[in-house]
Amino acid sequence: MLTKVGRLEDALRAKNDLKLVPYIMAGHPTAKKSIEVGKRLAASGVAAIEIGIPHSDPLADGPVVQHAGQVALENGMTVSGALQVAAAVASEGVPVVLMTYINPVLSHDPRRFAAEAAQAGVAGVIVPDLPIEEAEPVAAWFRAASLDTVFMVAPTTPPDRISAIASHSSGFVYCVTLTGITGARKEMPEGMGDLLHQVRERTQLPVAAGFGISKPEHMKLLRGAADAAVVGSAIVDDIDHGGDALALVKELLKACR
Amino acid sequence: MTSRAAPIPGSPRNRQIPWGGLTHPVDGRFGAFGGQYVPETLMSALHELEDMWHEAKADPQFQLELAGHRRAFIGRPTPLYAATRLSEHFGGTHIHLKREDLCHTGAHKLNNAVGQALLAVRMGKKRIIAETGAGQHGVATATVCARFGLDCTVYMGSEDMRRQSMNVRRMKLLGVEVVEVSSGSKTLKDAITEAIRDWVTNVRTTHYIIGSVVGPHPYPEMVRDLQRVIGDEAREQYMSLDGKLPDVVVACVGGGSNAIGVFTAFLDDRDVSLVGVEAAGRGIRSGEHAASLVGGRPGVLHGSYSYVLQDGDGQILPTHSISAGLDYPGVGPEHAFLRDIERVEYVAVGDEDALAAFKLCTRLEGIMPALEPAHAIHHAGVIAKELGPGGRILVCLSGRGDKDMDSVETPTKSEASPRLRGDPQKDAH
Repeated sequence: MLTKVGRLEDALRAKNDLKLVPYIMAGHPTAKKSIEVGKRLAASGVAAIEIGIPHSDPLADGPVVQHAGQVALENGMTVSGALQVAAAVASEGVPVVLMTYINPVLSHDPRRFAAEAAQAGVAGVIVPDLPIEEAEPVAAWFRAASLDTVFMVAPTTPPDRISAIASHSSGFVYCVTLTGITGARKEMPEGMGDLLHQVRERTQLPVAAGFGISKPEHMKLLRGAADAAVVGSAIVDDIDHGGDALALVKELLKACR
Repeated sequence: MTSRAAPIPGSPRNRQIPWGGLTHPVDGRFGAFGGQYVPETLMSALHELEDMWHEAKADPQFQLELAGHRRAFIGRPTPLYAATRLSEHFGGTHIHLKREDLCHTGAHKLNNAVGQALLAVRMGKKRIIAETGAGQHGVATATVCARFGLDCTVYMGSEDMRRQSMNVRRMKLLGVEVVEVSSGSKTLKDAITEAIRDWVTNVRTTHYIIGSVVGPHPYPEMVRDLQRVIGDEAREQYMSLDGKLPDVVVACVGGGSNAIGVFTAFLDDRDVSLVGVEAAGRGIRSGEHAASLVGGRPGVLHGSYSYVLQDGDGQILPTHSISAGLDYPGVGPEHAFLRDIERVEYVAVGDEDALAAFKLCTRLEGIMPALEPAHAIHHAGVIAKELGPGGRILVCLSGRGDKDMDSVETPTKSEASPRLRGDPQKDAH
């Protein structure tokens, strides 16, 4: 049996395919519904699930994810509630990665957050407003709880910094493919292939591409260039319109193989 | 002084900061406060900005150019004005006003905007974005963009656009695109969040002129460096007046740029008390206020670690102040540091007292202050009563009040009519 530290890394490494990581917001539109959707997606063949913890001021997110977070907060979602959603989804056996801004973690107490996340069966944590310079000691507390620490590389990251970010990361490296905030885009950005290539040259970890990715055509472009694709806004938008995103996820999975 | 606001019940004053600490290895921290809590996409731009600022600051040519614009464009030095009738009204303490309201565009904001516009030109960035609350920073930024031929977009909350409509019209005349922000509380916090999102998207071509000593490093330091001219001038003006410094320096604090600007020159003068005045809105206990240092606890907002108004789960709380420029749930990290080391005392003054002080200063001095510094004027009156005749108080009059005509004539959602109050600490308890 794999240890938890290696679980995410193993799940996201492309073999001959591209791995898919859907993103859902905990508590969107309600806690119950997000657990239902999360469990259904977990059984659909995805490599891992990213679960967002809602925040009042999500700097890195576009309108779709921001709106989902507002709905979740209005319906009473909390950090503890999001950890319960994560635990329920993780019980399906798929690795769960939490995406949260730093202030809810600080407010909850980072050590308590790490312990409770590990207890919930969470595999790793992404904190988009925590660059490597600010990561310690929070990242050390995550590691001590056997949580993977996933850091982001952006198109504006210089090459030597890519190496530093990769060395701080475990589980996988998250490559933000466009200069901007989350949200579905029609076209994949120019230079994405080069960026992914640069990141893969500098790390042994799987590399996941995220931001703007929403369509089966994007999956085809990413096959061979990245290990995994994170799809957020397109899925959250479907859930926002009353769906469970399963049809979209199945279509995306088909394009991954 | 005896009237300093008592700690709010449950105040975190002595609470141990849960992490970080004074030995944090990264530059740009004031003690535990500050830092760069931003998406990775912005990190290179912040590093570049830091390098460029330190280079520019050390460049005599840049300083010469800045000094020229301060003189001829902003209109510096601004006068140190003896407010004799206000002094008499408050019992004989000598009150001086540092007349930042006489800066071009009507507030201290231009000190910062001019410096950052020069820096943007130096960095080769042709597009400028800014946020604005009261509209004064938006107008200042629009003004420098007109002056230096830069494209400019200003983010402003829809609630602020309503209560500061004159400044919206000024910005539009200056050729700026004003983007209405209707998310969240529709005020300054949300305008900053939107501006940061824009910056994340357009960082390669765009410089973000933040209007206060908030945001990620190097902004708090850079904006302080550009605003400290206020205190440097005032200190010199006192010295040439009679060689004596004031007993107390008072300034209003939203994000805190005029306060840092006037305090910095006096930080080493241990005999000079420094008092920052936050907005108590409808009272700290009502929860409808904007006093981060008096009623908040440490956390991260808009890229830095400082005092923040937040709920138990780390979500940022809505704020209220009659003054749009103080209506913000965070505060500059240097203020958080100065509070914790107890170099500066922070108090809170409510809407009604600010309105009364606005009217008092207008009637007694013929100077109509903005509602923001009206909070400071009110508290100067409180201190004056303790100091008595012979005391000396410097108030930073950070801007003029024309923009606030609508709010003063029809105070929104406030039942009570403004009046002079006998118990100025009412709101802080």
